[in-house]
Amino acid sequence: MNDEAVVKVALVSCGSEYAGVHGELESVASSVNAKLVYPEIEIDILDDIGKDFGIEAASPDLRLMMARAKAVVEGLSDVDGVFITSCFRCAEAAIVRNEVRRYINKHSELPVISYSFTERTTAATLLTRMEALTTIARRRHLLAREKQSGLTAGIDSGSTTTKAVVMRDNEIIGSGWVPTIKVIDSATEAFNQALEEAGVKQEDIQAIGTTGYGRFLIGEHFGAKLIQEEITVNSKGAVYLANSQKGHATVIDIGGMDNKAISVDDGIPGMFTMGGICAGASGRFLDMTAKRLGVDITELGALAVKGMEQNVDMNSYCIVFGIQSLVNSLAKGSTPEDVAAAACHSVVEQIFEQQLQEVDVKEPLILVGGSSLIEGVPKALGELLKINVLVPPNSHLIGAVGSALLSSGFVEE
Amino acid sequence: MAKVIIYPTNSLILSDLVQRFGHTPIAMMEKIKEKVTTVGVDSPPMNITAEEPKHGLKYAAVEVPAGVRGRMAIVGPMIEEAEAGIIVGESPMAFGCMGCARTNELTKYLIRSREMPILELEFPQTDDEGQEFVYKIAEFLESLPESEGDSEEATE
Repeated sequence: MNDEAVVKVALVSCGSEYAGVHGELESVASSVNAKLVYPEIEIDILDDIGKDFGIEAASPDLRLMMARAKAVVEGLSDVDGVFITSCFRCAEAAIVRNEVRRYINKHSELPVISYSFTERTTAATLLTRMEALTTIARRRHLLAREKQSGLTAGIDSGSTTTKAVVMRDNEIIGSGWVPTIKVIDSATEAFNQALEEAGVKQEDIQAIGTTGYGRFLIGEHFGAKLIQEEITVNSKGAVYLANSQKGHATVIDIGGMDNKAISVDDGIPGMFTMGGICAGASGRFLDMTAKRLGVDITELGALAVKGMEQNVDMNSYCIVFGIQSLVNSLAKGSTPEDVAAAACHSVVEQIFEQQLQEVDVKEPLILVGGSSLIEGVPKALGELLKINVLVPPNSHLIGAVGSALLSSGFVEE
Repeated sequence: MAKVIIYPTNSLILSDLVQRFGHTPIAMMEKIKEKVTTVGVDSPPMNITAEEPKHGLKYAAVEVPAGVRGRMAIVGPMIEEAEAGIIVGESPMAFGCMGCARTNELTKYLIRSREMPILELEFPQTDDEGQEFVYKIAEFLESLPESEGDSEEATE
């Protein structure tokens, strides 16, 4: 499939047409040159699908959802990816959606996203997810790239920080990391830092890749050859840095404003989920905790590993009420170490509850993003999941590294 | 002797049948007994605390209500432990019931998803069907292989 081809995405839902969001789904699909298609089925299948698939759902539209999933897996419907969606807060749909997602992932190689919508879901909310889905379908050859070649740069314009790297012949030779203030100015500053450390000039760079929230703006500004959402780029950067490009891996990326959990096979994302509604599950929560404790964010991790989260009562994951719980604990005499540990545990527990249900955790578990540098976070995650958590070197630079790696595909072209 | 999960998971009749044929029934009653007799946990009447719905996240997403996840925290490990399963559909409440339709759907699905011998049959409506029902269960139980742990025990 070439970059211009229309990606056919199977819409496996239980009636998004009735929820007032269908226009948004169509809109986001067309913005990434994709087309939503309904997998066709024989009507008789619906009578037995409950027993055939295994879930005797009371809602007939959920039975239709299972029948469509089966049609996709059996190749009766020719599609390039699958979008599974159902109403937020419907328990039966949540059960079916989860099992349908696992079923398609187990029995096909199609990229899958699942999402529970409300009537407020917009195309913008779904853009990064849909862009990632179509990228995996269209650019499998590019995502299969395992080594960087030539002289390339990657810039990750994140919500909180902007990161840049310069790579030459599969090695990072320069990097920059600055807070994101004005998107282009911050990207220029980070890029200049990386160029200076690398000892090369911008005009020598053969290809630039951009990712992150500001990817379109900075991509246009720097004439990037690759402008790519952060799900595929970050997972690529993570498995590259962790030296886990073959086989299964799970990537958890805790960023400044959102977090992602991505299940990766041979370096290519299969299932992924992205949390972006609650700041309590992001680096922002840790940033606010550090400020309240009067320490720099870089010192919070060392503090947290000395503390016991059990010593602090946290009744809420909310960034407002959660911080209030921490403040109350401090007022009752809790130590800063315990509070720091509780904050790390809170972020990790929320990611576990909200995100990790949507992907199957397979080792190695690679933790990346700025928050991975706060030692208390990988410690809390390891304790919660009872598995080893791998934090690769330069784990905060994955987006920039992934961009530089993937953009080197354009050097050879 | 095989570990046989039954559905409905608290059916005394199914549990008894499994036991009569020399196998180990995996049933809710025993797990609930473990819960209510656990010393030191003070969450009456079932001693199910806020931790159980969290454990249930292994089987159902956070969007699924806490009552389903709390039940799954008990039923999920039972399904994982099983070496065979018997599912009886359309049974009256007195035969056994989980009390929650969503849990029922997920429980049956997870049993069916396991690669193990499974017998599925409908609850009988007549005497003849009743005899056939017991005959089929007996035939199934007799066909089950011994579990691996068993042969070691026999040697001892």
